[in-house]
Amino acid sequence: MTTPEANTSATDALLRVENITVRFDDLIALEGISFQMGPGDTRVVLGAAGSGKTTLLKACLGLIRPNSGRVYLFGRDITDLDERSLIDIRSEVGVLFQEGGLFDSMTVADNVAYPLVNRRVHTIPASEIDAKVEEALRFVELSHTLEKFPAELSGGMRRRVGIARAVVSEPRLVLYDSPTAGLDPITANTIMALIAKERDSQNTASLIVTQRYQDGQLMANFRYNRTHGQLEPVSGNGAGNQNGSNPAHTIFMVMKEGRLIFEGVQAELEASDDPYISKFVPKHSVTYGDSD
Amino acid sequence: MFDFLKAPIASLGEFYILAGRAIRNIFRSPHYADDIALQMDNIGVGSLPIVILTGFFSGLVITMQMSRALAQYGASDQVGQIVSITLVRELGPVLTALLVAGRNASGIASELGSMRVTEQIDAMRALGTDPIQKLVTPRMIATCVMLPLLTIIADFVGIFGGFVIARLSIGLTTSQYWTSAYRILEYNDIVQGLLKPFVFAFVISVVGCYYGLNTTGGTQGVGLSTTKAVVVASVWVFVITSVLTRIFVYMQ
Repeated sequence: MTTPEANTSATDALLRVENITVRFDDLIALEGISFQMGPGDTRVVLGAAGSGKTTLLKACLGLIRPNSGRVYLFGRDITDLDERSLIDIRSEVGVLFQEGGLFDSMTVADNVAYPLVNRRVHTIPASEIDAKVEEALRFVELSHTLEKFPAELSGGMRRRVGIARAVVSEPRLVLYDSPTAGLDPITANTIMALIAKERDSQNTASLIVTQRYQDGQLMANFRYNRTHGQLEPVSGNGAGNQNGSNPAHTIFMVMKEGRLIFEGVQAELEASDDPYISKFVPKHSVTYGDSD
Repeated sequence: MFDFLKAPIASLGEFYILAGRAIRNIFRSPHYADDIALQMDNIGVGSLPIVILTGFFSGLVITMQMSRALAQYGASDQVGQIVSITLVRELGPVLTALLVAGRNASGIASELGSMRVTEQIDAMRALGTDPIQKLVTPRMIATCVMLPLLTIIADFVGIFGGFVIARLSIGLTTSQYWTSAYRILEYNDIVQGLLKPFVFAFVISVVGCYYGLNTTGGTQGVGLSTTKAVVVASVWVFVITSVLTRIFVYMQ
């Protein structure tokens, strides 16, 4: 198994964003953003509301086309691709939308099955879909909600169904848009634990857009232990887990008014004395209690 | 200088693009037969009661009004002709279209609009389905099939409404009324009576989808685009019927 660093070479990066700029009329939503992600990488994008985080995520998927710069998904340039080819490429990426983005006219089971039923590439036989849906819902511990409708679920449960739907097709890259926004700390922690579990059990690359520093902290300092079935603190730096994903290699990015003003690991982020950045980083945040 | 024209022209352009894609998708897989059937039920069967009611009463009212005017010329027995021509050529298609515009353009716009503001449309695109293929095309096909059928029903029920008055209040015999109502209709009337609803259906469904898909600004935006969809679709119904009627009159 190769290390994440070696995987992130320009040729086989899962996602590569090159100097993209997005404008809405006169408003600059993104300016000169570049980064790339390889298998098992974690990136946490912090920023205030309106700083362009969600726009960045949508640009990565080709849901918004950049005015300049290029976006590569799985090595393929998607910047100028037509919507139909884009749809096939997108179906290989998992996405969790801000409020879950569940289809409220469908049951939970149909929602989770949606990516499998509707995609046109790598289709799987209909007989296997039910099993996969159940497995994905078991992963988020919601097996009992199969026949419920999204409106009957709580906000946290909807988010978990959203995660199940994002990972059901076993994507190599999952994008999470504000997975914990509007949730209480306990539910938020459950959601983040699931995201870490997905990353560490499947070696999924995770791009997480969030307003909460704690979300990134959890991704950077905990990993999912498959033997014990729970999260455990990462001991020492640089050691990847059995799948190659490496929590300690979590990269933080801070966005302000469409620009990337910081990119680096947790220690660098905490050392930063930029007033904007330090607003996201609580001063005494080195201890991790169970309530975190 | 002509900046005020920018927005309407741009939205007309987007409307054409949406319509073009929706039509193109008819010939492309995947086809969502379930969605088409669901929409047909919703648009066609769902609109049936109100269409029957309106058709019946419009026939009733036309007969009542016309019988008085015709009585002045001693031509009350011709009332069947007037009812059937007005209904088949103009009122049947237009009234049905306005009802469906009010009922379904708003329904489509609000449904797609709330999907838009809750990111379900983006989710759909992200999960590998084309929202136009999945949402717009089925609604367009369903409306284009159901509206002409609803119009036929409205026409017939309207002529029947006229018959009730002709029989009970004017005192015509059954065959007097129905023969004159039937004989007056020409091939041309039937063609325009069926072509119009087909064109209306296309415009109503695409307008509803267009405003729904372009909703911005949360729940308030959903309300706004619903209203716009109904108003714009209704105005288009009148514009189109004027143009088509002119063409058919010219052709005769």
